[in-house]
Amino acid sequence: MRFKLSLGNIRRSMRDYAVYFFTLIIGVSVFYVFNAIETQTAFMRVDASTHAMADLLRSMLSGVSIFVAGVLGLLIVYASRFLMKRRNKEFALYMLLGMSKWQVSSILLTETIIIGLGSLIVGMLAGVGLSQLMSVLVVSLFKADMSDFHFTVSTGAMVKTCIYFGIMYLVVMLFNSFMIGKCKLIDLINSGKRNEKLHSKNLLLCVLVFIVSAALLGTAYYLVAFRDDLLTQKKLIACIAAGAVSTYFIFWSVSGMLLRLTMSMKRFYFNGLNSFTFRQLSGKVNTMVMSMTVICLMLFLTICTLCAAFSIRNSMNETVDELCKADMQLYGMSMESTADLDAVDMCSELGFDVTSYLADGYSKAAVYEDTAFTGGTFYGEAFNDEAVGLSDYAKQVRENSSEMVMTLSDYNELAAFLGNETLELGAGEYILLCDFDGEKEIRDYTLKTYGGDITVFGKQLRSKFDHCVNGYFMMSSIHMNTGLFIVPDDVVDPNCKMMDMITGNYKGDPETVEAEIQSAWAEVTQSEDSDTAVSLSTSRDMMKQTVGLTAIVTLLGLYVGMVFLISSGAILALREMSDSVDSSTRYTMLRKLGVEEKSISKSLFGQTGVFFLLPLLLGMVHSIFGLKFGQATMRVIGLQNMGVSALITGIIILLIYGGYFLITYFCSRTIIRSNNN
Amino acid sequence: MKLLKIEQIEKYYGSKSSLTKAIDDISFEVDKGEFVAIMGASGSGKTTLLNCISTIDRVTAGHIWLEDMDITKLRSKQLGKFRREKLGFIFQDFNLLDTMTAYENIALALSLQKKSPAEIDKAVRDVAEELGITEVLEKYPYQMSGGQKQRVASARAIVTDPSIVLADEPTGALDSKAAKLLLERFGYLNKEKGATIMMVTHDSFTASYASRLIFIKDGKIFSELNRGNDSRKEFFKRIIDVVTLLGGDISDAI
Repeated sequence: MRFKLSLGNIRRSMRDYAVYFFTLIIGVSVFYVFNAIETQTAFMRVDASTHAMADLLRSMLSGVSIFVAGVLGLLIVYASRFLMKRRNKEFALYMLLGMSKWQVSSILLTETIIIGLGSLIVGMLAGVGLSQLMSVLVVSLFKADMSDFHFTVSTGAMVKTCIYFGIMYLVVMLFNSFMIGKCKLIDLINSGKRNEKLHSKNLLLCVLVFIVSAALLGTAYYLVAFRDDLLTQKKLIACIAAGAVSTYFIFWSVSGMLLRLTMSMKRFYFNGLNSFTFRQLSGKVNTMVMSMTVICLMLFLTICTLCAAFSIRNSMNETVDELCKADMQLYGMSMESTADLDAVDMCSELGFDVTSYLADGYSKAAVYEDTAFTGGTFYGEAFNDEAVGLSDYAKQVRENSSEMVMTLSDYNELAAFLGNETLELGAGEYILLCDFDGEKEIRDYTLKTYGGDITVFGKQLRSKFDHCVNGYFMMSSIHMNTGLFIVPDDVVDPNCKMMDMITGNYKGDPETVEAEIQSAWAEVTQSEDSDTAVSLSTSRDMMKQTVGLTAIVTLLGLYVGMVFLISSGAILALREMSDSVDSSTRYTMLRKLGVEEKSISKSLFGQTGVFFLLPLLLGMVHSIFGLKFGQATMRVIGLQNMGVSALITGIIILLIYGGYFLITYFCSRTIIRSNNN
Repeated sequence: MKLLKIEQIEKYYGSKSSLTKAIDDISFEVDKGEFVAIMGASGSGKTTLLNCISTIDRVTAGHIWLEDMDITKLRSKQLGKFRREKLGFIFQDFNLLDTMTAYENIALALSLQKKSPAEIDKAVRDVAEELGITEVLEKYPYQMSGGQKQRVASARAIVTDPSIVLADEPTGALDSKAAKLLLERFGYLNKEKGATIMMVTHDSFTASYASRLIFIKDGKIFSELNRGNDSRKEFFKRIIDVVTLLGGDISDAI
């Protein structure tokens, strides 16, 4: 009997439960899809280094999953509590009929179990389907072999999803029982009498609060986005807190001002249904200031996470393509400057015949240092220039480290080999080569303001340009050349060699040679004594690392972003639809007054639209500054192609958040139409 | 001049096997400036009749003419415009929008007709003056008494200057004092402002304020009374006589 009642309840309140159910299904399937990646990567035919990356991804995914489960758990508790509040009258009726609290709880329990099981099964099915799509994405992100692709079902992920969601449902059940046990019958009965009091806020106070919070937000924006050099960790946390608090107060004051503002525009306010629409809206926003704040912040995090993830992926992939044009590079280093430093010889001593792997015509280049020519001598007065604003630590690091020097002919040979532009120098000139953003700024400034005349190996040189030339000499997956001085050949002292490097392409099939050279190198490094300083980097190795890293970043970004989007969409949809149920009598009345269905739909569309748009707009503004900060802090990796990333992020948000908006609008329309009489 | 002409209308509910005749061949006419009350027990079909006239419901057969327009032939797209411009509604449960002040509730009817703010303001203040609700204009429905709410609803109904005002048990939720005040206002609107009012009620006292009374029983017109030059009290006595004659349920409903 009670089971029948529960089932009947669910069927009857399908309208309310639809969004809840839908959200649970998405939650379950997203959770499954991302946890199933573990199995998919295990099936991939990839080599060891990619496997290491996949391992890293796995452990990060399971870590993030705990966080995601927390977010989803909060969402489920919120949603079920909200739905329960709407049914207080029904519970009161049960109790009036003589049911005990335990019996009412058990009805709820049955409902939760039915919904939980249903959503788990449907969500899992959807998840298994979606995860096949996901594996295509994973395989392509890891640039792995697609031929091995087959249908996978991850039992591990299934069990994990069941356990996590089981715990969440258990919490909901306990929570519901607790709520039922706590409440008094008289409160339940009275809960139907909606409190129709409208807290009309003091306009002056609203304007004041708005100005103050906007100013606070503006300051936080300014500090975070433009003065990130001044930010200590404490200040950053203060800025974030200020941002969150002012977000709350902006919604608070806007909800008060929105109505007053439109009311003062009489021509607009008393036009058609506008007065009704804005009254409805202000009521909604008024009661939802806190939720709106949370949603706004979640959207902000979503936008930042997605944008940053895609940007990092783009720029890392681009950078590695740009900086790894040869198959391999080998460096022989020495602590003391010497004349007889030769990378090939150093390898031979280790029993590693590097030239045997290489095609003819590999390039050799050497880096020199003059212990008298350090960062301190180059920067000179720029160190204490306010405009540069170096910290004491930054000064200390640069002060005594020798600058790197290379001869023009060495550099040009290397550049020609890599297919980069070669350089030209006049007598007594040098060129500063640099591509690390942070350092380049200071170097550019120094060259421009102080001229940058240097004395190296006892010879006076002046800079050819008033800025650095963008370039590199070591293969790398990120732009990290902090500065290389390219000088005429006769300037350097051949006794001051500090590094000798070989840059070359493989002889024969690159993949086979790569495998050979890696295994040979592994042997060498195992037996190598610590003094020898030879290091090898191959472009394939670096690309794999990059590919793995970008895959991790992209997947994690998608995971967190999607969960946040689902949560915000669900909260808004639930609120808006229950609001429509409450307001349906108002719409019936409007119809009796002769308002056409079209105008009613338009009003509803406007209400839903503004309701969804308000937090998104503020979240977007937050993101602009948040990303600006991100760009500054992640200078090493570089957040490039922000436009493309923003576009992809926009599409994802449009799909999920926009999907929730459309579902909400159409369901609300059905709700207000069904109560036609 | 005939303002409203009802021609042999019928309204059936249900399927062929279990047919309910809510309205069974009713015809009558209403002149401009009349104050007509329709009386009947619950289930007699009076609210159905009102719903058909107000185009909220559709008749099964017959015609309803308002100002030479057959409203049974109106397509759903024209209905909104018709209701906005020709009809004023007053309901038993007031049906005010609880999110809006009295002023805005009244103004809404006008803003739907795309009147300018200045026109709206003048019309709202004039009608509020007539109905004695000027001091509650800035209040919300929950801050008003039932009588005030119903007068605000009445103001909303007549502010657009409709051809006919339709009232469905307007005093149903009011105490006797508030009911009396409201009905006196109706009388004033009818006599001084020339408003045509059609009111459905089951209450003889409320009906006695009308100038003409139509009794409905089982979906048919049972009897009709004209107030003529009688005072309200004399008219009330005549109504009681008919109610007694009607017997049955309606005698409970005095």
